[in-house]
Amino acid sequence: MEKNKSKEALFSKKNRGLLKDPLNINNPITVQVLGICSALAITVKLKPAIVMSLSVIVVMALANVITSLMRNMIPNRIRIIVQLVVVATLVILVDQVLKAFVYDVSKQLSVFVGLIITNCIIMGRIEAFSLGNPPWKSFLDGVGNGVSYGLILIVVSFFRELLGNGTLYDYPVVEKLGLYELGYHNNGMMLLPPMALIVVALIIWWQRSKTPSLIEKD
Amino acid sequence: MNINSNGYTYIFAIAMVVIVASLLSIAATSLKPFQDKNVELEKKSDILYSIGIEGEDSELLFDEYIIDQLVIQDGEIVSSDIKAFDIDMAAAVKELNNIRKVPLFKAFKEGNTFYVIPMRGKGLWGPIWGYISLKGDGNTILGASFDHEKETPGLGAEISTSIFQDQFPNKVLFSESRDGIEVRKGDASGYQQVDGISGGTITSVGVQSMLEDCLVPYKEFLLKLSVNENQISMDSIISIVL
Repeated sequence: MEKNKSKEALFSKKNRGLLKDPLNINNPITVQVLGICSALAITVKLKPAIVMSLSVIVVMALANVITSLMRNMIPNRIRIIVQLVVVATLVILVDQVLKAFVYDVSKQLSVFVGLIITNCIIMGRIEAFSLGNPPWKSFLDGVGNGVSYGLILIVVSFFRELLGNGTLYDYPVVEKLGLYELGYHNNGMMLLPPMALIVVALIIWWQRSKTPSLIEKD
Repeated sequence: MNINSNGYTYIFAIAMVVIVASLLSIAATSLKPFQDKNVELEKKSDILYSIGIEGEDSELLFDEYIIDQLVIQDGEIVSSDIKAFDIDMAAAVKELNNIRKVPLFKAFKEGNTFYVIPMRGKGLWGPIWGYISLKGDGNTILGASFDHEKETPGLGAEISTSIFQDQFPNKVLFSESRDGIEVRKGDASGYQQVDGISGGTITSVGVQSMLEDCLVPYKEFLLKLSVNENQISMDSIISIVL
């Protein structure tokens, strides 16, 4: 058993599963329904959504690795506090770096960067996975979940920015296509938070109809 | 060692806090210069925005368009140890408005002189601030830009959008009836009125009182400009007639 474990390839089937599962059958947003609040708040435009996704991937991967490295040292009674401190430290670092190098984006994200701490996906994955698994696996799990979260964020913000504002990554797509001259109007409602919920719901619908294993039998 | 004993738990917690604290202070100190630079650039681009200039390199544009930076106290130009640009408005507005020293930026664009006044006041949840630019007569508004720290998105935070700010051009600051601009509900067609933000009443009122409070030190100075301007136009009319 010991021998077997040490021989396990870096990207064995099991490890690939850690990366791939969150993308579909175990997606943090559409299946686990975690991290919804930030999915509503920062998906108005692609740019903040992408920066938020990258921040979450970095924070989640590092937090998972760090807690996984410490998992045999952390006293059980204060483990939630330790997790919080690890995540909070990383978030403050990310915030400081954003403020120093991409100031306008950091202003747009404002409070949401701080709210990465409260993103249930991060605490959830640390508590459920990295406290009981070795660093490499935890890293894969963190990246997998972070990427899947980011993917949904980017898909949602793609539709919201395109339909609500007529731009993509601030590039005026609709104007260049000349649709305004044909009488097309942007749908301002797409910019309001409730529409993000509806877009997420449509994604869930589509995903479930494609994935039989997700459909409950009653 | 038993990792669940009280002693170990204390040691672990203390060590963790010390490590994290030093890590964060190192990061904060080493990134500070970059962050300060960003704040300075933002201030410059805000000042430029209020006179209708937007561009990539606000550092360069600022040097190009802002020809003078004055320090004003109670309507007079005074000398000051601190440069006008470095005056901290947050500290300045805490003083009485007739003794505080405040900056005034003189801009020159397309043959006209403009004056930019910084402002700072209170919104609902935190500070609000902005810049208002005046035409050469020191009374007619050319443009305004506002920003805030933590007003409610979609409500009070709307003061930083162009929908609100675009109402200001061509309004006037001083008349016999009032100094400043009334931010009101409903019809705002008067020369000293703008339409406030629905649902953002406290922030809107904050903008109004910020204007009233921050204009006091400049009033005498600006009124003199207005007299000069009239004088010049009268002179030119007379010379044409003659």
